[in-house]
Amino acid sequence: MTLPQLAFLGLSLAALGSAVMVIIQKNPVHSVIWLIVTLFSVAGIYLMLHAEFLFAVQIILYVGGIMVLFLFVVMLVNLDEAARQTSFSRRWPLALFTALAVLAELLYGFYKGQGLRLPQLVQGTQAKGNTQAIASMLYQNYMLPVEIASILLLVAMVGAVVMAKRKIE
Amino acid sequence: MTPIPMEWYVFLGTGLFTIGVIGVLTRRNVLVILMSIELILNAVNINLVAFANHFQTVDGQVFAIFVVTDAAAEAAVGLGLIIALFRNKETVNADEIDLLKW
Repeated sequence: MTLPQLAFLGLSLAALGSAVMVIIQKNPVHSVIWLIVTLFSVAGIYLMLHAEFLFAVQIILYVGGIMVLFLFVVMLVNLDEAARQTSFSRRWPLALFTALAVLAELLYGFYKGQGLRLPQLVQGTQAKGNTQAIASMLYQNYMLPVEIASILLLVAMVGAVVMAKRKIE
Repeated sequence: MTPIPMEWYVFLGTGLFTIGVIGVLTRRNVLVILMSIELILNAVNINLVAFANHFQTVDGQVFAIFVVTDAAAEAAVGLGLIIALFRNKETVNADEIDLLKW
């Protein structure tokens, strides 16, 4: 076992373990903290995959933006009453069975199918930096999707403001 | 340097996806359900970036950026909905929000 493989195993165990902690924690604030651990582990895996720009996006946008928003709302709506109630729904065995059936289906397809017969490509070195490559791809090949994504963000922003504001008297 | 097998990334994505699905289906708190959706989106992103690295292109990374954009939009709208819901019904439990249930 080589050093990159050990690093991958460590990062993925951290990601999976903290993901389990996210869904079994009773207090939503603790769930947010564990989700931040998961996101950092996934960011480390991006770094191992030579995706430096996504690594930065993951930390700045996910951990710094979305998770702070989550934490803010959790503290806004946190109920002492909800902490005393059971945190799983009544039919959780059925839900767990369904989710594990999905997992079994995925693994069955993986083993019984053709497998990952990917062509072995030569590991060439990238001429440009990762950020430069992504930028030229975004603004040349994916110009229309970028515009659509920006309109989506605008609509989401307006929608969130409309949804969260009080009624005008 | 021996590269990491592609199967490992696929298994990691599968595991994260399943944990997210379990969270969405079993938890009562709407906030934790939204966090589980973020887990599912991250599982998808790992697969996209892993295959992009394997084929030596950046298209997969560009798609992963669009997924992150979607996650941000979804979090903003979802949290706005939760605040509106909490103002009207004083609860964040998914099974107590049954106004449309016949």
